[in-house]
Amino acid sequence: MKKLPIWFWQIGLLAIIFLCWHLLTVPGLIPPFYFDDENKAAFFFGEPLKIFNVIFVWFADGEIYAHLWVTLQETALAFFIGTLLGLVIGLWLGLSNTASAILDPYIKAMNAMPRVILAPIFMVWFGLGIWSKVALGVTLVFFIVFFNVYQGVKEVSPVVLNNARMLGANASQLLRHVYLPSATSWVFSSLHTSVGMAFVGAVVGEYLGSAKGVGYLIHQAEGSFDINTVFAGILVLTLCALLLDFAVTFAENKLLKWRPQQAETETT
Amino acid sequence: MTSALSFEKITVTFTGKSGGAGYNAVKETSINIAGGEFVSIVGPTGCGKSTLLNIAAGLLKASSGTVRVFGEPLAGLNSSAGYMFQAESLMPWRSALDNVTAGLQFRGVDARDAARRGEQWLERVGLGGFGNRYPHELSGGMRKRCALAQMLILEPKIMLMDEPFSALDIQTRQLMENELLELWNANRKSVLFITHDLEEAISMSDRVIVLAAGPGTRPIGEFRIDLPRPRDVAEIRMTPRFLELHEQIWHAMKEEVLKGYAQTRNKVPV
Repeated sequence: MKKLPIWFWQIGLLAIIFLCWHLLTVPGLIPPFYFDDENKAAFFFGEPLKIFNVIFVWFADGEIYAHLWVTLQETALAFFIGTLLGLVIGLWLGLSNTASAILDPYIKAMNAMPRVILAPIFMVWFGLGIWSKVALGVTLVFFIVFFNVYQGVKEVSPVVLNNARMLGANASQLLRHVYLPSATSWVFSSLHTSVGMAFVGAVVGEYLGSAKGVGYLIHQAEGSFDINTVFAGILVLTLCALLLDFAVTFAENKLLKWRPQQAETETT
Repeated sequence: MTSALSFEKITVTFTGKSGGAGYNAVKETSINIAGGEFVSIVGPTGCGKSTLLNIAAGLLKASSGTVRVFGEPLAGLNSSAGYMFQAESLMPWRSALDNVTAGLQFRGVDARDAARRGEQWLERVGLGGFGNRYPHELSGGMRKRCALAQMLILEPKIMLMDEPFSALDIQTRQLMENELLELWNANRKSVLFITHDLEEAISMSDRVIVLAAGPGTRPIGEFRIDLPRPRDVAEIRMTPRFLELHEQIWHAMKEEVLKGYAQTRNKVPV
């Protein structure tokens, strides 16, 4: 038997999941065995065909684009601001022993704090527009990047460092040509996680209070018990996250070709 | 004539852990290296050979004593010296060419000029055409050649080498030794070469200095190597004079090697 490619099985699995979903939820298709009413399954879990219809209408009418654009804008801003802050502060604390010793407990406390709870405060500070969502995303992205850069600076090979010094590098050249490239590789290894976190920040922020964005759409639909639209929003978000992840992998392969293999680190 | 590099009564004591007694690595050591002279330092493992080299480079400060570079006391990094490390020292995020030209870049040399000189040096160490490879794409021997070119492109007046070839297999190692001798012969600079391999030391040097086992190491013997140059490191090992010198130096070293071995064995692992 000829071996089928892996994507065949991957898509096949997806089809099976949707088929089961369809069979178990569409009223009247099979007799109800758990709920007492044949409409209840559809009420709780939605119906795939209706969900696809919602998504189709969204894209056909162009209603979704404005919301998607806002969500992606928030994600991108949160990602870039969070990464930049994490990089700068990570380098600073990595290089300054005094500063890192003083700030260590604060960093730990801020990282341990469930930061989603800051969302209402950001809304008071930055209003219901995109910036409160960006702020939430930044707090999530910052720590992932910060810890990776900090680690990256601490683990620069002392031999490579001494070699650069013997070759005549001054302090700023060491920063630019040794610490920064070394830290960058760590930033990239955390990129998958931090892009995802930026996305989480944007959507959760929208969900908690906004007038635009995919999170807002989901929240609205939930308010009117429109479970199909909720699932439609979730599917669109999942697809976006998947595309972002592909983009990261692509950028990683382009920019880190000097690395023999890619080590993945996860910070939660 | 002033020496290219001289150690004057160098003592190095490392601070002990949590206020304990410090470890006395080097004690009252004086060594002179003349301009254009190839000097090897041999000694048992852990005797402080690398410490001496780091002192000469200015990467480490001596507890007491002075290092003089062409007569001037050394303060800070030794800018007349190139250093070749035992461990991997290339920047992994730079291609071979960019690694070789790093020193020129740090000195603000025009990029095109630097690249041209970099290519020449890659050619000279047998890496022509490998300029755009990253270190992980090169073999161990190629990485050493790249590190050699990286040091030599700056034309240092003093070359400090810390067991640079110890990680290589014996064939590659002899090839590299011959290449180094050839490059050195073309333009004689002072070399301070650290090794634990006595044959390597004799076959390459003008002078071999034997260090005592630590702690508090110091030179205990000095041997002038009067073998004719140019030499082939593989062939010269068969000559009677080489064997004679080897016999002499080994005799001086043996006791220290055994002492060093006994110390390492008795050390309680921390």
